[in-house]
Amino acid sequence: MMMQKRDLQKTSLLTETFQRIWDNAGARAGVILLAVIVLACLGAPAIAPYGLNDMDIQNMFRGPSLKHICGTDAMGRDLFSRLLYGGRYSLALGFCAAVFGASVGIVIGCVAGYCGGRIETIIMRFLDIWSSLPSMLLCILISATLGAGFFNTVLALAVGNVPNGARLIRGQILSEVSKEYLEAAESINCSKLSIMFRHLLPNVISPLIVDATMGIGMTITMAAALSYIGLGVQPPTPEWGAMLADARTHILNYPYLIMFPGLVIALTVLAINLIGDGLRDAMDPKLRK
Amino acid sequence: MGKYICKRLLWMIVIVLGTAFIIFTILYFTPGDPARVIAGGNATAADVENMRHIMGLDRSYWVQLRDFLYHSFLKLDLGNSWVYNKPVMAELLIRLPRTFIIGLSAMALNLTAGLLMGIFAATHEGRWQDSLTMAIAMVFVSCPDFWVALMMILLFSAKLGWLPAYGIGGPQYYIMPIICSALGGIAVNARQTRASMLGVFREDYITTARAKGQRERYVVTKHMFPNALMPIITSIGSGFARIVAGSAVIESVFSVPGIGLYLLTAINSRDYPVVRACVLFFAIFTAVVMLLVDLVYAFVDPRIKAKYSSVRRRTKK
Repeated sequence: MMMQKRDLQKTSLLTETFQRIWDNAGARAGVILLAVIVLACLGAPAIAPYGLNDMDIQNMFRGPSLKHICGTDAMGRDLFSRLLYGGRYSLALGFCAAVFGASVGIVIGCVAGYCGGRIETIIMRFLDIWSSLPSMLLCILISATLGAGFFNTVLALAVGNVPNGARLIRGQILSEVSKEYLEAAESINCSKLSIMFRHLLPNVISPLIVDATMGIGMTITMAAALSYIGLGVQPPTPEWGAMLADARTHILNYPYLIMFPGLVIALTVLAINLIGDGLRDAMDPKLRK
Repeated sequence: MGKYICKRLLWMIVIVLGTAFIIFTILYFTPGDPARVIAGGNATAADVENMRHIMGLDRSYWVQLRDFLYHSFLKLDLGNSWVYNKPVMAELLIRLPRTFIIGLSAMALNLTAGLLMGIFAATHEGRWQDSLTMAIAMVFVSCPDFWVALMMILLFSAKLGWLPAYGIGGPQYYIMPIICSALGGIAVNARQTRASMLGVFREDYITTARAKGQRERYVVTKHMFPNALMPIITSIGSGFARIVAGSAVIESVFSVPGIGLYLLTAINSRDYPVVRACVLFFAIFTAVVMLLVDLVYAFVDPRIKAKYSSVRRRTKK
């Protein structure tokens, strides 16, 4: 009986949040746009008219036409197909790095906020130094250190996201720490870990979800910038930034090679930002009944 | 106030030293031997070993770290570039003004445009002007700045021929880099300003001011804006950090020989003294701006001022 009631409430909160997002015109557009992009990228082998590396030397640098929607590149590869395949890398990079960074941030922030005292001071000072270098700079350095490759790039991108998430969670916890339910949990002898992650975390996580959602968009941009300057994912891989880097030399003669990948990045980030905005409004406790 | 400034200054020194430590450690543990790169492709093992000795790479981590900190901070000597064998400091000073001009102008543009857009949107809340401004901000924040830079080159240099596409020279060379650096920040600032203006919109003192019959423009500039300014000031620091870090990419797009481009070329050629110097420069530059922001904040926010000013109790006459 109790169990049923809890389940009911849980789903209703989730559907309520989703309903709120759906009611927000901007966020709805974001959801639809992102869904289209994600599905198109996931279904790339079925949708793409040409293979990822199908070269057609006779048709190099063909502008957009019915045969090649976005034209062909320096090796006669179909740009549209490559954009679809490349989206898998870009989206995965953004998602993995933002989630990974936020998770590490959550753990650090929880420990700092809940333990307090000297541990908190040390962690917070450490975070201050960590974030004293702008995240893009840190990302460039770490990416250069670790070298190219997908996982190294995820790591490099995630590092910059950690301090922000940790600070956010800690701030939330500080405002929550004197509430009764925590006292109750302590009084029935819950372990510290269980209090932190089972009782405290669900109550403080919503701003971080919003932050991480926005972070995905920013991370996709950063990943593209990283590939563009020659770090991170390297050109033969069809990551969107790498495609931009590849086309850089042809900018004056074949501008569509630069236009389309950038446009796709901008659209994706726009969709994610719209969703993030909607999510923030939906999760705002002030608006909740 | 003096105590607060001292405390912040000390903390800034710790941060800069901490950054120096981190950057040194990261580079020390970077796989690959810079001596081999510098010595060239067809160097023998003995040559490379000799090179390592000349570059001081055969010493232990702690000795190298101590040497680096001692030379950089006490003797203000950043060493010689391994690739060009010239003092890094001299090169840095030549490039400094360009990065400074771009960074600070972008910051100024960022603030003025962002604030104006935010105030405009907030005062027209719910009307089409608000939606339009916020839609523009949304597009700005979503476009990768280096791509906008490329598009601008395409439009203003290739198509219209108004502005030079790369390099550095007269003021016209700075226009596009500054705008591109500022774009994302303008959007963030506009959104922040709008949110915080709307936050004070429904405060009682605004109603009071209106009830007094004060003119609307006066209400906005004298009552709302100063109170909405606090969260905006806090975001200046992070906005600046964003511009500074972004400058590396922007400088590379426009081939501006500034410090960001210096850093990128040095990373690719494993010229570690240059990398360390550039990162240190960025760290100090950001730290100083953060310090200024904090001081302005402390100056504006009476709570911080009160905390550090000597407590004088009011005595009855």
